Amino acid sequence: MTTEADEPELRAHFEETVAADRRVEPRDWMPEAYRATLVRQIAQHAHSEIIGMQPEGDWITRAPSLRRKAILWAKVQDEAGHGLYLYGAAETLGADRDDLTRRLLEGRQKYSSIFNYPAATFADVGVIGWLVDGAAICNQVPLCRSSYGPYARAMVRVCKEESFHQRQGYELLWTMTRGTAAQREMVQDAVDRWWWPSLMMFGPPDAASPNSERSMAWRVKRHSNDELRQRFVDMTVPQADRLGVTLPDPELRWNEERGRYDFGTPDFAELARVIGGDGPCNRERIARRTAAHEDGAWVREAAAAHAERRARRADGAGVAR
Amino acid sequence: MNGTGGEGDGPGDARWAFGTGFEDPLHGVAVEPPPGADGAAVARVCVALADDALVGAQRLAEWVTCAPELEIELALANVGLDLLGQARLLYARAGQVDGSGRGEDDFAYRRAAAEFRCLRLAELPRGDFAFTALRMLALSSARLAVLDGLRGAADPVLAAVAERGVTEVTYHRLFAAEWVVRLGDGTDVSRGRLGRAVEEAGPWLAEVWDDAVGAELGVAPGAVRAACAADWGRVAREAGVPLPVPVPVGGSGGRAGVHTAHLPVLLAELQGVARAHPGASW
Repeated sequence: MTTEADEPELRAHFEETVAADRRVEPRDWMPEAYRATLVRQIAQHAHSEIIGMQPEGDWITRAPSLRRKAILWAKVQDEAGHGLYLYGAAETLGADRDDLTRRLLEGRQKYSSIFNYPAATFADVGVIGWLVDGAAICNQVPLCRSSYGPYARAMVRVCKEESFHQRQGYELLWTMTRGTAAQREMVQDAVDRWWWPSLMMFGPPDAASPNSERSMAWRVKRHSNDELRQRFVDMTVPQADRLGVTLPDPELRWNEERGRYDFGTPDFAELARVIGGDGPCNRERIARRTAAHEDGAWVREAAAAHAERRARRADGAGVAR
Repeated sequence: MNGTGGEGDGPGDARWAFGTGFEDPLHGVAVEPPPGADGAAVARVCVALADDALVGAQRLAEWVTCAPELEIELALANVGLDLLGQARLLYARAGQVDGSGRGEDDFAYRRAAAEFRCLRLAELPRGDFAFTALRMLALSSARLAVLDGLRGAADPVLAAVAERGVTEVTYHRLFAAEWVVRLGDGTDVSRGRLGRAVEEAGPWLAEVWDDAVGAELGVAPGAVRAACAADWGRVAREAGVPLPVPVPVGGSGGRAGVHTAHLPVLLAELQGVARAHPGASW
């Protein structure tokens, strides 16, 4: 139990730990605002993994080859694993998984707005892997150095698996673009639909990002939204060229002077609308998650009742002995 | 070896979760059938077991994003992926030994319902979690007995698939049995749902218990029935719920290509994209 008198010293120790790039661990003192920021960020990340299973998950039963079926199912299972892992990291900060789930279902916590777009064809599975997971990796690799230990360590594994998913997505597109003309059209159509939403994944422009500055100071966040967006574009354009698809941005061109690509501005009004609940699939995503949670309640209750009864029986047996 | 130390791993592979050195699952297994082997019989067994696995996996895939909790979500995916993996190897083997040269996708995507040889219990709709657990228990008890017997099969690939499958299906049976016990010993609601699942599965159990698949390749007669009866009895006792013992019926049903109306619907979904793009490469 710490007292108010201890606090300046504890705070100094915390600041020093963060400044020296050491890790803050669950047992360490931390400012309440730091704890709250992390819970918000980790929970939002966990929710994104779980909601993010939906657009691609719907294609598992329809995957056009057994190999693609296995790859996609394993990938979606990985996302569930990331969710579980991240809820675990949030629990090290005193959060409770059921409570976080309730906040998601009631709209009090967000998930990545990218998952409010529909996956219309099987090519979307490839494009989600390539662009959406690719953008997620740009956002997440720096989090492997987050100042909060459990989150940083979780992200090492998450990033490795996401890299794998991105390669799988790209390999699907590579195969499809070498298939029939109809397949090439499917790929281009999916790229057209996902390019701008992928750029929006980096969040609002730096000037309009309310939580960024403090998160950067606390080393919960390492790079600005615009910086990461630029990094993603620079990484992706050559990959699109190799694939033979066109990125739907007339302003996209190499800037010799900067040594980077210039590109157009995403429609941030659309991003705000989708975050605000008015994307194409917001209601559908939360409805599905709510149904799963509610329909599964009797199963969780049965398991709890059984565990309790078994514990009682074990106690009784112990006394009798 | 599919870890980071595998042969195919290059210097930069530490950043990939599982390395890049993936190995053929049949690495080290002889693929030449033994002299005098009955290729048609091996193919029949492979197709029946692969059809059970594929159709069972398809029903489990319908749980994705809908499971009662994340741990169950992960477990159902594990079971489904195991079955899918078994189906792929068994189809590929069937196409080698039946002389047709068909690949795994030819079997999965280019056959009509009447050409499938799965047990009808496997093809019934997904149902609730009680039905899912009960069906998994029934199917995995029987499958485990068949695979166990096929470990000694003369066909080296079938024997290898059976060997690995025994490990996998032992877990499927455990997962299913534990949940049937939890639901039976849980709440009034879960007991009621389990009772309804037993009623729904009841008419389709006979062909599971009396399955003759594998008998011509050396699975002992009565092995499936004995294994199912033993598992059923143990789980019924622990769950405190009576599980009916099926009455044997003559050999028609799924193994003879006679199916419920649910299989064509399942296949329409499974095969739809593949059939809409003839000549495509995925």
